[in-house]
Amino acid sequence: MSAPTIDQPTTTATGPGPVREGAFGNARSLVCRECRHEVDLGPHYACPECFGPLEIAYDFPVVTREEIAAGPRNIWRYKALLPVPTDIEQSPNTEPGFTRLLKATNLGAELGIDNLWVKDDSTNPTNSFKDRVVACALSAARELGATTFACPSTGNLANAVAAAGARAGIRTVVFIPSNLEQPKQVNSAIFTDQLVAVNGNYDDVNKLASEIAGEEEGWAFVNVNVRPFYAEGSKTLGYEIAEQLGWRLPDQIVIPVASGSQLTKVHKAFQELIALGLVEDKPYRVFGAQATGCSPVSIAYKAETDAIRPVKPDTIAKSLAIGNPADGIYVLDICRESGGAVEDVSDDEVRAGIVLLARTEGIFTETAGGTTVAVTRKLVETGQLDPALETVVINTGHGLKTLDAVSGIVSAAATIEPSYDAFRATGLGA
Amino acid sequence: MSVSVRVPTILRTYTGGESEVSATGSTLAEVLGDLDASYPGIRARILDEDGRLRRFVNVYVGNDDVRFLENLDTATPDGVQVSVIPAVAGG
Repeated sequence: MSAPTIDQPTTTATGPGPVREGAFGNARSLVCRECRHEVDLGPHYACPECFGPLEIAYDFPVVTREEIAAGPRNIWRYKALLPVPTDIEQSPNTEPGFTRLLKATNLGAELGIDNLWVKDDSTNPTNSFKDRVVACALSAARELGATTFACPSTGNLANAVAAAGARAGIRTVVFIPSNLEQPKQVNSAIFTDQLVAVNGNYDDVNKLASEIAGEEEGWAFVNVNVRPFYAEGSKTLGYEIAEQLGWRLPDQIVIPVASGSQLTKVHKAFQELIALGLVEDKPYRVFGAQATGCSPVSIAYKAETDAIRPVKPDTIAKSLAIGNPADGIYVLDICRESGGAVEDVSDDEVRAGIVLLARTEGIFTETAGGTTVAVTRKLVETGQLDPALETVVINTGHGLKTLDAVSGIVSAAATIEPSYDAFRATGLGA
Repeated sequence: MSVSVRVPTILRTYTGGESEVSATGSTLAEVLGDLDASYPGIRARILDEDGRLRRFVNVYVGNDDVRFLENLDTATPDGVQVSVIPAVAGG
């Protein structure tokens, strides 16, 4: 039995009326990553033919390094490569991006890597890479006429959405698990008075968001019905790394894997830069980092299979704790084809990774960053990553987000009376 | 066993726009079969050519993802809600 024709609307499902000309910049359409079925740009995220993920396809004009360099010191310098209008800078947003790329000499010496860099996204407006994706989602929500900006989240995404919504002056509703730690709730509730606590875990909250997105008019859930636009924001990590290295690609890059979206988009960014002639075409190896307590992609990689079995997460790296990663299969493809790997580390190794980055480079990273650092160490030790090649690791967020992960393992070296003799007794003097 | 099935937006072309429909069956496989009898073609959107759940669709019986239960053999007690939801993750 053949399927009925899917009528893809030219008007929006999130708001009234057609979108304006150029609403999505150079984006052409939405294309299914699985079956290549193409649909019109709009609030669609799943292929009507096979449920596969839809992603943005473009008709890029000629883009030069000079044009990009003349742009603002935020992600909008790459607006020609994103699904946003040319006047995006006129719309209030958090203006994330162009974060520092630090030469990590001390960490490199510790890990035995000659030429190591840390892309530090902890300095974004709400201290994680999520500000990038949310800025792109906000643009799409605006253009589609959405009246409510929303997300299900446990942390970074909720912070980014709530802050961006406040800046944009759009009604913002954030859904969180009701058992989320109080400090994390405050981190989002400070920006919005419409925080909804759901009795359930993150997967339950995510499922609810998908159901609401299918029923409510005018709602843009950043990682559900405007996900294709949202996900493109992660490409800017790849663009910046290349530009900050002097318009070239690194030999190796290590990226944390939750849903797998960030890794696939950084790879997409590198491929686009090559296709546009902005960087030299050269091989680069992509590595994925997971915590053992939620490592379905790493398990599949090591088993040499494409079958990713969902898991019930049990790890302190909660921002990576997605048991059924939607982009996992693409992470496997990219890591295998590029000569990289997917590796996982224990919670103790995650904590050690956080401390190591802090004590070698002065960067306090969240658990996802600790995972990436620890996996990088393991990749060197196991011979999977070549320590002679230039390597970039991505730090996705700030350690103040996940203080509880390390508060029990770092403390005062000594508690003393306020006297010089007491200080000398500690042995900390010259 | 009569159950209610929540239908995602992209499958409502089969159900005449209905977001929730009824079906019968004691297992998910039977429910999908009955659903297909009422709405021809809908099962082929949920299952692949080999008769397995498509990679990017999640099906819940009650609040539980059937991949953590018995997949298509998951029991569907009378009155339970079956939800078909495109797989998205992240955040």
